Amino acid sequence: MTSQITTECPADPNEPVIELNGITKTYQMGSVEVRALDGVSTVFQKGDFWAIMGPSGSGKSTMLNVLGCLDRPTTGTYILDGRDVSNMNDDQLSLIRLRRVGFIFQSFNLIPQLTVQRNIELPLYYLDWSVKESRKRARELADMVGLGDRLNHRPTELSGGQRQRVAVARALANDPAVILADEPTGNLDTPTGKQIMALLEDLNTQGKTIVMVTHESHVAAYAGKHLHMLDGKISATEDHS
Amino acid sequence: MRYSKAVRNILLGMDNLRLHKLRSLLTMMGIVFGVGSVIAMLSVGEGASREALDQIKKLGSNIIIITSVKPSDDNANDMRRTRMSIYGLLYHDAKRLRETFDTVIRTVPVKLIRKDARVNVRHLEVRLVGTTPDWFSLVRRPLVAGRVLSEQDMKKRKAVAVLTEHGARKLLAVESSLGKPVRIAGDYFEVVGIIRNENIQSGSLSTPDQDADAYVPINVARERFGDMFVKRTSGSYVRELVELHQIIAEVDASENVEKTADGIAEMLKRSHMHDDYRISVPLALLREVERTKRTFNIVLGSIACISLLVGGIGIMNIMLASVTERTKEIGIRRAIGARQKQIVGQFLIETIVLSTAGGLIGICLGLLIPWLITFFAGMPTVVTAWSIVLSLVISVGVGIVFGIYPAFRAAQMDPIIALRHE
Ligand SMILES: Nc1ncnc2c1ncn2[C@@H]1O[C@H](COP(=O)(O)OP(=O)(O)O)[C@@H](O)[C@H]1O
Ligand SMILES: [Mg+2]
Repeated sequence: MTSQITTECPADPNEPVIELNGITKTYQMGSVEVRALDGVSTVFQKGDFWAIMGPSGSGKSTMLNVLGCLDRPTTGTYILDGRDVSNMNDDQLSLIRLRRVGFIFQSFNLIPQLTVQRNIELPLYYLDWSVKESRKRARELADMVGLGDRLNHRPTELSGGQRQRVAVARALANDPAVILADEPTGNLDTPTGKQIMALLEDLNTQGKTIVMVTHESHVAAYAGKHLHMLDGKISATEDHS
Repeated sequence: MRYSKAVRNILLGMDNLRLHKLRSLLTMMGIVFGVGSVIAMLSVGEGASREALDQIKKLGSNIIIITSVKPSDDNANDMRRTRMSIYGLLYHDAKRLRETFDTVIRTVPVKLIRKDARVNVRHLEVRLVGTTPDWFSLVRRPLVAGRVLSEQDMKKRKAVAVLTEHGARKLLAVESSLGKPVRIAGDYFEVVGIIRNENIQSGSLSTPDQDADAYVPINVARERFGDMFVKRTSGSYVRELVELHQIIAEVDASENVEKTADGIAEMLKRSHMHDDYRISVPLALLREVERTKRTFNIVLGSIACISLLVGGIGIMNIMLASVTERTKEIGIRRAIGARQKQIVGQFLIETIVLSTAGGLIGICLGLLIPWLITFFAGMPTVVTAWSIVLSLVISVGVGIVFGIYPAFRAAQMDPIIALRHE
């Protein structure tokens, strides 16, 4: 599955996309304080493919939400693509998500009432693209993930693997600086999961920066770099690339 | 550019509403019936009051009508058999009225006598109206044929008569009858004109003219028939002496009408021993009709507000349910990068589209109902442009007011929690 759409320049190993510095995230549960992230500092370079691993409750999803600007860290600084986003307000964070982040979720998170085409177009709608341009782009992206013939189907008419591919196409629509995937194969059977991972691997080869949460080692094997979490802290990092 | 964006958002809103056709339709119903009934009710009110106003305008609005009435006096009752009753307005009153009040431009004295009229073999009881040419400038009616009474007729005491169209037709008097004689109570009058009449009688209103009137110069009437009348009441004859049955006074400006009427009442009270006259002021009736209409509109307005409020609450209820149901969608949109105000816009546009569509359907209903009322019940209805504009403005307003809260609820959800929602 090759694409003519990737626009990022080839990976430059010395350019950081994500810089985390002493990030904490605490939740107040009644009288108990839960530290979902407890002093996380790390750097992800442009073109990296990271797998964040760890047991359930170790803070992987929280980490990904912070990375994706869906959540604000309690303390610490976060620089995304050269911009300090740690103290941005809701509108500014929304714009960062709109322009620089592409999300892929475990449960696909497509809007069931909208066709494949409209789902892929959604970021472009908020980016104020013209109807014509977004239609063209959606078609290209659908072709790229192999769903060019399903543009007018609704998500409910698609298999899990097809849905996740639509989600990948949607995540690519805004040409993001980083793609964040939270257990993208968690709801898929093994062969379908492999196809999705192949797709992500392909994107990475073309220069996309990807950060993926998973607890399965065979899924993590697609990523060049591994980051292990435990109790909200980074316990280890490995570089297999 | 902004325009096309707005159109696109409205179309998207419509798309979303189309997904739940039945629900959208039911949600609109409150507004549909609210707006429909507002327009319909206002049209009935407007129809009724416009009819009343039309009638009053036919009476003439700058006039005061003083009518002689037989006093209901017990003493007079006893004497009825032995004496004749003398009451009513005097020739003198008309003159004094004109002299006393600057605001009175002219007065028209009226003598009314019921007589049998005869043309060839046909006969009909007519109301002989002895009056002056001024009558025709106060009670303006289109002339069907010939001419009205003139000063010449008065001066020369000509025995001429102007008939009303209705009476003339019954007497088979047509255009060719002009110049021919009509015999009224044994006297011959030359028919010089035929005039249209407006005979309205509803409630306290009655026009000065009636169906079968014969207008003759007042001096001729007095000469021929005198001031004495014999009336037959339950078998016995009653003799009455009445100089004038009516005085119609024309006032220079409408703002002076009521003041002048008060003055006239004051004056007549001093000079008349008995309460033997009634003053009626069409303008006062007009004001009263307008007051009634205003009250009516306020009542209708309140009912309308309540029904639209109910409709609005219905919309809010559904939109809140819709927001909850679409929590996940909101989370997805927020994750993709939609700002809060864009979520607010999305939901607000949906409610406004819904309520505006309801308003438009309601307007159709509001046009149909009055038509049906007029068709089946024969009631006059008038749908005014402002009631349509008002309803539309209100229904859009209802959409905004009741859509704001659900829209903000949607926008303020935490995107992470919204995404987790199943
Ligand atoms: N919204 C929240 N409120 C309270 N506690 C939370 C919330 N989100 C996550 N947590 C807690 O933070 C910790 C890390 O959660 P999470 O990041 O979802 O872990 P993982 O994805 O690795 O399973 C858990 O103990 C979890 O209970
Ligand atoms: Mg998780």
